[in-house]
Amino acid sequence: MLDTFIIPLLKIVVLLNAILISVTFMVLMERKVIAWAQSRLGPMRVGPYGVLQAIVDPIKLILKEDITPVKADKMLFSLAPILSLVPALVAFAVVPFGGDELFYVADINVGLLFFLSVTSIGVYGIILAGWASNSKYPLLASLRASAQLISYEIAVTMTLVSLILTAGTLSMVGIVEAQLTDGVWYGFVQPVAFVLVLIGGLAETNRVPFDLPEAETELTGGFHTEYSGMRFSLFFLAEYANIIVISAVTAILFFGGWLRPFPNVEALAFLDLIPGWIWLFSKIFLFLYLFMWIRATLPRYRYDQLMRIGWKLLIPIALANIVVTGIVKVLV
Amino acid sequence: MLEITPAHYTILSAALFSIGVIGVLVRRNIIIVFMAIELMLNAVNINLVAYAQQLQNLIGQVFVVFVIAVAAAEAAVGLGILLAFYRNKETVNIDEMNVMRW
Amino acid sequence: MAEAIAFYTLSILILGLGVAVITTPRTVHSVVFLVLNFLCVAVLYVVLRAEFLAVIQILVYAGGIVVLYLFVVMLVNLKRQPEEHQDPRRLAKIGLGLSGAMLVELAAIVVYSYSREPSSVTAPSPAFPVQGNVEQLGWLLYTDYLIPFEVASVLLLVAMVGAIILARREL
Repeated sequence: MLDTFIIPLLKIVVLLNAILISVTFMVLMERKVIAWAQSRLGPMRVGPYGVLQAIVDPIKLILKEDITPVKADKMLFSLAPILSLVPALVAFAVVPFGGDELFYVADINVGLLFFLSVTSIGVYGIILAGWASNSKYPLLASLRASAQLISYEIAVTMTLVSLILTAGTLSMVGIVEAQLTDGVWYGFVQPVAFVLVLIGGLAETNRVPFDLPEAETELTGGFHTEYSGMRFSLFFLAEYANIIVISAVTAILFFGGWLRPFPNVEALAFLDLIPGWIWLFSKIFLFLYLFMWIRATLPRYRYDQLMRIGWKLLIPIALANIVVTGIVKVLV
Repeated sequence: MLEITPAHYTILSAALFSIGVIGVLVRRNIIIVFMAIELMLNAVNINLVAYAQQLQNLIGQVFVVFVIAVAAAEAAVGLGILLAFYRNKETVNIDEMNVMRW
Repeated sequence: MAEAIAFYTLSILILGLGVAVITTPRTVHSVVFLVLNFLCVAVLYVVLRAEFLAVIQILVYAGGIVVLYLFVVMLVNLKRQPEEHQDPRRLAKIGLGLSGAMLVELAAIVVYSYSREPSSVTAPSPAFPVQGNVEQLGWLLYTDYLIPFEVASVLLLVAMVGAIILARREL
């Protein structure tokens, strides 16, 4: 009873709260990073250096009026934010934050596939939001978003096949343990796969330079134009939870998860004094920073360029990567 | 009642299959008809997986993989035909798809 | 006990959502119910210890095929209701009756065959050199079922080419 129900439930509650709190602080971090990149100060008024902005922002969103357009499809309009947020949160179920059983909710034998399949459900929230709003800009944005998500999902899934070939397992914990046995982070074994997953991750979370679905200057805000208040904040939460989960999974698959740098070098054994979850969290933090850095630096692609990159560049490279990995795996 | 046997799964699958048949025979919107066919394929899959579990034999699950592959191919080609037809006749009603040429 | 609770809950959901798919007047709602139905079927696969199929069900059906349906529903922007026109020679009521009769027939066969002999037959698959659902399934697919597997991939390729040609503007 205690082991089968209560402890997993407690883990889930802690994890969900941690995600929600880190999302609010991530919004603050993003505003600060972009402000610094543009030689501004960012939010400074609320609390020292604007730290309390992270608490004020969600309160503002919750207190705002929740509007449903008259011509909207009521059922789908309320369902869409939920369908968008739930997959993003469920994906965390298979993300291990440490090697010990305490640090993950579930270590299933199809962990990586579970992650991919759950994130592929997130596209429904976006399509239905655009459709249910019954307005032209959200519809355009949601068609763009879903086409983009599906195209890049294929690329990312195919790329991960080569990683699975290298690791020989689908379990997330198993992949990190395989990196420990091989004595190397798979980011160094599969550099091409790492770059592809990073690009695909940017595209799947609708981030700059692939943020066409939310292009403010063209589409007045994207698929959630008609949303306000709490429902809007659910989309917001989903987007940022997706960024966190993609960063975490990239860190686990390619940067050794909770392993220290150079896990095979004995001379660095003193680094093991730092607990594994701190290593993982610092890696996730680095990726989050990278995402914000890219947002502050790069311009937006055109839609046809975006599709061309996805279908004519990423997918062929991913296929070639699988072939090369397979040949190397057979020969070595 | 509390012990779940393959018979339970077979009845569930038969009921789902019948729902699919009703959808195909009664509805006239071809997209719904397609979806009813998907329901029928799923009913068959439930059966195969239940018997794979009962017989402790994975071949049933292998067949489900093939059924899913065929369903994907069927959906792609079927929806392609549907779109081509819609472009010509502006309808998705199967009662109006009754001409051999236009 | 746990399996019974899971089975009855999921059966009610699967059948209810299935009925919703074919009765809802709006096509978009139908598609949403279809997705939820497929997700419930995936959970049923987990109950039946077919984890790989559960994940593939979500990845291919819910994440791929049904998105395609949603796209088509949105592209087919209807000026009039699809059910408006009805062929007078079409006898939908008889279809309903026939499918009801088929359900009764299927249920009768199931009940009859299970009341006749105990269903304790097992035909276990031969011993695998690997452990785990995914590994064993992969082993079967790449040894005994290699040729069907390759044929299935060719089928998918043909379907892809066919769909692209059909969807091109000038046919």
